[in-house]
Amino acid sequence: MSKAINIIKNTCVPLRNENVDTDQIIPARFLKGTSRDGFGKNLFRDWRYENNDEAQPKKDFILNNPSFHGKILVAGKNFGCGSSREHAAWALKDAGFDVVVSSFFADIFKSNALNNFLLPVQVSDTFLQKIFAAVEADPTSLLEINLADQYIRIMATGEHESFEINHYKKTCLLNGYDDIDFLLSIKPDIEKFETQER
Amino acid sequence: MKSLFEKVWQKHIVQQIPDGPSVLYIDRHFIHEVTSPQAFAGLEKRGLKVFRPKQIVATADHNVPTLDQHLPIKEELSRLQVEALTKNCANHGVELYGLGHPYQGIVHVIGPELGVTQPGMTIVCGDSHTSTHGAFGAIAFGIGTSEVEMVMATQCLLQSKPKLMRINIEGELNKGVVSKDIILYIISKISASGATGYFVEYAGSTIRGLSMEARMTICNMSIEMGARGGMIAPDETTYAYLKGKAMAPKGEEWDKALVEWKKLYSDTDAKFDREINIDAATIEPMITYGTNPGMGVGVTGHLPETNEIIESERPSYLKSIQYMNLGAGTKIKGRKVDYVFIGSCTNSRMEDLRMVASFVKGKQKAKDVEVWIVPGSRQVELQAREEGLDKIFEAAGFQLRQPGCSACLGMNEDKIPAGKYCISTSNRNFEGRQGPNARTFLASPLTAAVAAITGEVSDVRDWL
Repeated sequence: MSKAINIIKNTCVPLRNENVDTDQIIPARFLKGTSRDGFGKNLFRDWRYENNDEAQPKKDFILNNPSFHGKILVAGKNFGCGSSREHAAWALKDAGFDVVVSSFFADIFKSNALNNFLLPVQVSDTFLQKIFAAVEADPTSLLEINLADQYIRIMATGEHESFEINHYKKTCLLNGYDDIDFLLSIKPDIEKFETQER
Repeated sequence: MKSLFEKVWQKHIVQQIPDGPSVLYIDRHFIHEVTSPQAFAGLEKRGLKVFRPKQIVATADHNVPTLDQHLPIKEELSRLQVEALTKNCANHGVELYGLGHPYQGIVHVIGPELGVTQPGMTIVCGDSHTSTHGAFGAIAFGIGTSEVEMVMATQCLLQSKPKLMRINIEGELNKGVVSKDIILYIISKISASGATGYFVEYAGSTIRGLSMEARMTICNMSIEMGARGGMIAPDETTYAYLKGKAMAPKGEEWDKALVEWKKLYSDTDAKFDREINIDAATIEPMITYGTNPGMGVGVTGHLPETNEIIESERPSYLKSIQYMNLGAGTKIKGRKVDYVFIGSCTNSRMEDLRMVASFVKGKQKAKDVEVWIVPGSRQVELQAREEGLDKIFEAAGFQLRQPGCSACLGMNEDKIPAGKYCISTSNRNFEGRQGPNARTFLASPLTAAVAAITGEVSDVRDWL
């Protein structure tokens, strides 16, 4: 299955919280796996359940609201701050998200997301508020993200904004390439570099 | 006209991708049990071996118990992760300082302590607090597991050059103010995301006057304002610290290294994208009241009133102080504390333990408070015992435990119970960080030590 992404048109889940840290996305006590799979069930674990009990979902948490679902998570600014745990990106991907939209991302989370073909889309504060307003008014509102042309559109209103992504990373995502494949391909250059006087 | 960062960065560029990131060569790679198993598995799936095993140092720290480390780890999943690390290191020829090894400890404590961390290096680890090693004038930053795999496979990473920020701190520190207060103060001023996209250099007379361990505390928390890393130019303090360390260069190698290290400073005309100046005299002993490290005040201060917070940020502010069960506008001094945790890669080194011991000597902990002192490494633990600090702690009613990350993130048994308050020398006060529904006040070892004695958030200056 190709990991490549380009156009995603889907409903979204609006999470208004700011400074969502990776300890919230996946608490440390669930980092004990030795594979990349299965982290989705503990996504936002302590925001989702009372007393760590799956039989007691917290009613006011957005992921427990059946009206909201989709492949796009829309979150407040400074998403993914804190720990470097890639498990945060794995958990989001495993729970069915392909895109996270926010007005600001923490650096390590952004790299981890890109390395897992989870697209971080950074928008202005104003545009973020427009998305929140649209989806809260109508949970079936669709967002369209076009990676090749680098824009995000609120389908209901037609409002759109362009987003930045580095050219190299964009090529990787559009074609399903990993950084590691590239690095392995230049190993002779790396070996040569090691022998040079620096 | 180059900055310290640029000097180190440029020496490590293998190639530059046009309109893309640089291929950055990595000198040292630290690994631990939590963020490495999937990287080893990925490597094996590709049929690869670790490319440069001698440039990796492994330890077990995140998951390990801090009592009875000679016994098998009781918690099954933690044990399996530590066993996986042991097996992976053996298969790939990577040196492991596991449980029971005299060099075992928190990865960011042992690197410097062993002299593995040196000026001018590029250093990575699957842990955001890798920024600690920047105290030696290294470019050191945390990475995710896919990147751990890349470094294992090729000793390189693809990185875009960050923006550069310099924070200058000048002048004498006030009585009772230590390096942890400096960094908590900076983060409270520029916020938990104020340095995202930047690498930070800390400079100025105050920084020059700090010991290596104090500098590590500052660089350690660079990530808590979003910076990928922090660094400090090496100087006589740095060389004196490294001289004689187990893995530091010796003899002629040392002399050669020193010549290179002395070139590592920002030229006077070096350019920074942002520069911040701080007067050390304005810094008080600090404490956090909220659920990100930017939510801090001087220990005699108040929580902000709701109307002092900009409107768009009010819901997050109110959610945070509700979690902490604290009221807007209230005083933080005098709040009851249930637990005191002195440890973590931020503050678990010898000087931290000595600072606590010299304050508590002859005093008794408050009745209802539980105090855990978790040294950063076996070497720190043994040194503390040799200096008799264990006796001082015992007499005060504190527990001196065995090394590991412990209650900083509660991956082992060391969790703070729901609803309880812990004053902690660690680096994060996120919701549930120290245990589900636990509440964290971040502070210096000195401020934590005073709270252990009084049972409440207190001003150390009242005791000096």
